[in-house]
Amino acid sequence: MTRATGPIALALLLALALPAAAVPAPPGAVRAYDTPDDDGLSITLEWALSPSDSGTALDGYVISRAAAGSDSFQPLAQLPRGNAFYHDNEAETGAAYVYRVAAVDRGGEVSQPAASGEVRAREQWFKAGKVNALVGTLLFVFLALLFIDRAKRGKRYIRHIPGLDAVEEAVGRATEMGRPILYVLGFSTISDVATIAGLNILGQVARKTAEYETPLVVPTNDYIVHTVATEVVKQAYAGSGRPDLFNHDSVFFLTSDQMGYAAGVSGVIARDRPATNLFMGMFYAESLVMSEAGAATGAIQIAGTDAINQLPFFITSCDYTLIAEEFYAASAYLSQDPLLVGGVKGQDFMKLIIVALVLAGSIWMLATRGDWFSSLFAIN
Amino acid sequence: MTTNPWVWLAAILTLCIYTYLYKDNPFYKFAEHLFTGLAVGYTIAIYWHNAVQPYVIQGIFRAHDWVLLVPLGLGLLYLTRFIPKIGYLMLIPIAISLGAGSGVGLPRSLEANIVKQMQGTLLTPAMLQHPFDPYNGLVVGLLVLAGVVCTISYFFFSREHTGALRVSSRIGIWFVMIGFGASFGYTVMARLSLFISRMQFLMTDWIHIIK
Repeated sequence: MTRATGPIALALLLALALPAAAVPAPPGAVRAYDTPDDDGLSITLEWALSPSDSGTALDGYVISRAAAGSDSFQPLAQLPRGNAFYHDNEAETGAAYVYRVAAVDRGGEVSQPAASGEVRAREQWFKAGKVNALVGTLLFVFLALLFIDRAKRGKRYIRHIPGLDAVEEAVGRATEMGRPILYVLGFSTISDVATIAGLNILGQVARKTAEYETPLVVPTNDYIVHTVATEVVKQAYAGSGRPDLFNHDSVFFLTSDQMGYAAGVSGVIARDRPATNLFMGMFYAESLVMSEAGAATGAIQIAGTDAINQLPFFITSCDYTLIAEEFYAASAYLSQDPLLVGGVKGQDFMKLIIVALVLAGSIWMLATRGDWFSSLFAIN
Repeated sequence: MTTNPWVWLAAILTLCIYTYLYKDNPFYKFAEHLFTGLAVGYTIAIYWHNAVQPYVIQGIFRAHDWVLLVPLGLGLLYLTRFIPKIGYLMLIPIAISLGAGSGVGLPRSLEANIVKQMQGTLLTPAMLQHPFDPYNGLVVGLLVLAGVVCTISYFFFSREHTGALRVSSRIGIWFVMIGFGASFGYTVMARLSLFISRMQFLMTDWIHIIK
């Protein structure tokens, strides 16, 4: 017996002396709180990393959730090691939950879980992280209203925009040559400010074409823009005392496919040979296809857009280009509408405030070596 | 050469469009009209599958989701333009589109184009640590600040560009043109890659010159 039990006892002693399969240390305290500034469907979890997180043996963290008062924890997610933050975006508004976070190693060993307190998701009606945008919007609206009021009382000065002389010249040239004017409103929808500015200028151009009896061609790509453009041209002809000259077919729908539209406009340019091409609105990759087609026919071309990526193409292929805000100011300058003039002047004043803030803020931050001023412009 | 008729069709239409480089001709005209017509038809099919099918047929007629009658009614108001007596009703959906577009667009535009840009323009104390760092140094920061201020002065419309405003606006338009030059070069490269891809299609898929 003694001979037989000797090795067994030794084996037992060795087994006790060797370390057992190491269970990872649990993460630190779990903090669960309602995600701020949301629609009430999210809870945020934060925890301190497990002490075992420093090595490579740890695989990550398992997060589970249960309704408060219940022990039925359902797994939500497993995050890689090094993570101490999780958004539960599937919470129900007002329901109470408890969360557990446990560390798990590569062998599948799971630590004791660390539990959070009870938490509920609530919706907030005010997004505090966007206060700066709200202040900016209110300031701009105030300035616009102030300057609209001033414009109504006759203070409508806007500096001369050289490119605009070209519009009158171009209409005159088309009249002399007996060829039409092509007006392209861009490739966007009515909600785009550039499209609206393009429609404003279209009204002014249509008045001139009505006066000079010059044909106007307006191919469109969007059914709402088409409807509004038709009305704008119709009213311009009526306003010029020539409703009889308005031709319903002069404003026509081509297609809402980008390159299909570009091919269609290029076809119009090649066949109708307009003396003047006006590109006023929001443009994308189709801009160069159309303006190059126009340049090849020798037409006078004037473009106006705030599409930064397309402006270089218009500058190279058109005779005149209204760059970004010049385009908006142009519609105000031409129409002298107090609403538009007030808007442009309101923006001007806003620009002064922006420049003053940026200069003063930079000097302040460099002088004080603090960057709290920069945080005023953070959007969360 | 391939025997796939669809590749042949695509290749022939590609060549038809390229004939425009010579001058307007019946081949281009055919491809242009086919393209425009197909695009309209395709868009109608897209609207049918993305709007009419899920919202009108499924939503209203099958799921009885009556709230969807509101956008359907607004959409139908567009058709009143064909009835002169009540044609003015079409202005209602247009006004809603415009109002909603502006309301949603203004704060978003202010955030992305003004507030964040202002933050990016500010000179920060961190820039003092490595003044000549090409990405976040003080020198680059000053250049950006000067560019922003001068460019804004170019787009100031309430005063004639005379005196100091003339100088700053001139500098501003130089900044703008340098930016446009870079953008032009970048986009030309993208267009060239589109052309190369079309040539690859012709050489590889159609006539099999490139394997």
